[in-house]
Amino acid sequence: MPLHEEHKKRAGRNYTLALILGGLVLLFFIITLVKLEVI
Amino acid sequence: MDITSLDHDLNDYYLPSAGDYFSLLKPRVMSLVIFTAFIGLLVAPGTIHPVIGFTAILCIAVAAGAAGCLNMWYEADIDAKMKRTAGRPIPAGKIDRASALHFGVALSVASFLIMGLMVNVISAVLLAVTILFYVVVYTIWLKRRTPQNIVIGGASGAFPPMVAWAAVTGDVSFGSIVLFSIIFMWTPPHFWALSLFACKDYEKAGIPMLPVVSGESNTKKQIMLYTLLMVPVTILPWYLGFAGLAYGVTASLLGGMFIWLSYALLSEKQSVEKNNTGAKRVFLYSIFYLFALFAVLGIENLIGRVL
Repeated sequence: MPLHEEHKKRAGRNYTLALILGGLVLLFFIITLVKLEVI
Repeated sequence: MDITSLDHDLNDYYLPSAGDYFSLLKPRVMSLVIFTAFIGLLVAPGTIHPVIGFTAILCIAVAAGAAGCLNMWYEADIDAKMKRTAGRPIPAGKIDRASALHFGVALSVASFLIMGLMVNVISAVLLAVTILFYVVVYTIWLKRRTPQNIVIGGASGAFPPMVAWAAVTGDVSFGSIVLFSIIFMWTPPHFWALSLFACKDYEKAGIPMLPVVSGESNTKKQIMLYTLLMVPVTILPWYLGFAGLAYGVTASLLGGMFIWLSYALLSEKQSVEKNNTGAKRVFLYSIFYLFALFAVLGIENLIGRVL
C-alpha cells in the first residue's frame, strides 16, 4: 500500500473514532441531564 | 531478508479502513433490526424519554452489528467458499480474524453495559441473550449441523422488537411475544427462498441448508407450510387489540399475497436451477412484507397517539 494512501486511511480512521467517542461523550452528557430530570 | 522482499511485503500490506470495519457489522441486516426495534419501541404501552429511546435503539443496532461481526469471525472459512459472501472483509483479506473477534466482543460488551446502565436491566439481559443466541446457538452450534438451523436460530432476529418493548415497559409482556413470533415465523420462508437459489453456494460450503439436505421440492413445501402458519400469527396484533383495523386488513392482504407467491413457487414445474424467478420473487417479497407489516403497525400507532 502506498504511503500517502496509508496516511489518508489512518486519518479517516482517526477522525471516525474521534467522532464516535465525541458522540458518546455528548450522549452520556445528555442522558445524565435526562436522568437528573433537567430536560 | 533483502530489500526487494521487504518492498514486496510493504506493497502487500493492507490497512483496514473505517468502512471495512463498518461492513463487518452487516449494515443491511442492521437496518431491518433498527426498523423492527423502532416499531417495538413505538407500539409498547407506556412512554419513554426520546433520548433514552434513542439510546436503546443505538444499543440494539450496535449489538446486532456486533453479533454480525462475530458471525463473520466464526464463518470466515465458509464465507470464502461462497460467491455471495466471498467479498466480506475477512475472506477478502481486508481484516484479520483476531481483529474482527476483538471488535465484535468490544461492541457486544459496550452495548450490553450501556443498555443496562442507561435504559434498564431487563432490556440489557434480553440484548445479551440476542447476541449469544445468534453467535453461540445459531452460528457455532446449529448452522453447520442441522437443516433446522434457521428455524431455531431465527429467534435471534426476532428479539429486537422485544428488547425495544422491554426498554419501554421494563418487562416481557404478551404483546412483545407476538411481535417476536411474527419475525420468528417469517424467518424460515425468507431464508429458505434465499437458500433455494443460493443452493449451490451452500452445498459448496458444506452448510446443511434445507434444499441441500432434503431437496428443492421439500423446501418449497416447507416454505408453503411456514407461510400458512405465519399469516395467522401476523393477524394476532389486530385480534388481540393492540393494532387497529388498518393493520388487520393490511396483514391479511399482504399475507394473502405471500401465500399466493409461495403457492406459485410450489407449483412451478421447472427446477430453481433452470428458473429461479419464483424463489427470488418470494425472497424479495418477504423483505418488503416484513417492512410493510411493521410500517403499518407503527404508522397506525402514531396516528392513534396523535388523534
